[in-house]
Amino acid sequence: MKNRLKVLRAEKNLTQEELADIIGVSRQTINAIEKEKFDPSLPTAFRISILFNLKIEEVFNFEN
Amino acid sequence: MKEQRKKRLKQLAFWTVIWTLTMALATFGPKFLWDNNTIATLIAVLVNLAVGIGMILANRNVVNNGDELEKKIQLESMGLTLGLAVVVGLFYSLLDQTNLISGDAEISNLVIFIGLTYIISTFYNNKRYR
Repeated sequence: MKNRLKVLRAEKNLTQEELADIIGVSRQTINAIEKEKFDPSLPTAFRISILFNLKIEEVFNFEN
Repeated sequence: MKEQRKKRLKQLAFWTVIWTLTMALATFGPKFLWDNNTIATLIAVLVNLAVGIGMILANRNVVNNGDELEKKIQLESMGLTLGLAVVVGLFYSLLDQTNLISGDAEISNLVIFIGLTYIISTFYNNKRYR
């Protein structure tokens, strides 16, 4: 699953650590999502999209 | 969240150390401390079992309260470790039964194998998602 997390995080001037604390996951999880090595759960994906005030599909792009 | 995780890991470390000590006590106590007194040995073994259950619950607490990636890493590591423990454990037992190895199959060898498999697979999985 593709995502724009790294760009969105940079726009908000957040470090991975800060974003992880806000979302309630580890820094390793944020890093793995940004590198597209790990697909987040639905609640985490929603928390991220709500934080950036975007629709979930504007952050994550599912490619079958 | 990080502080809570650290606290849970410390609790797990505490239970693990106590379990190791009670295991040593139950193993060496009968010979060196209480001259094979059955009641004392029984108490030491039961204490070891009780502390072991505490350690398992502390480990469960760590896994259940990890985030989604940590849970995935643990699941993959534990799944691999369980599978290899069953397959290699029975293979090892078979080698003993058919006298393909000279000595007896020791449970301690299997425990060492399980520990090493879990450590290596957890390390590898952590590296994969880094």
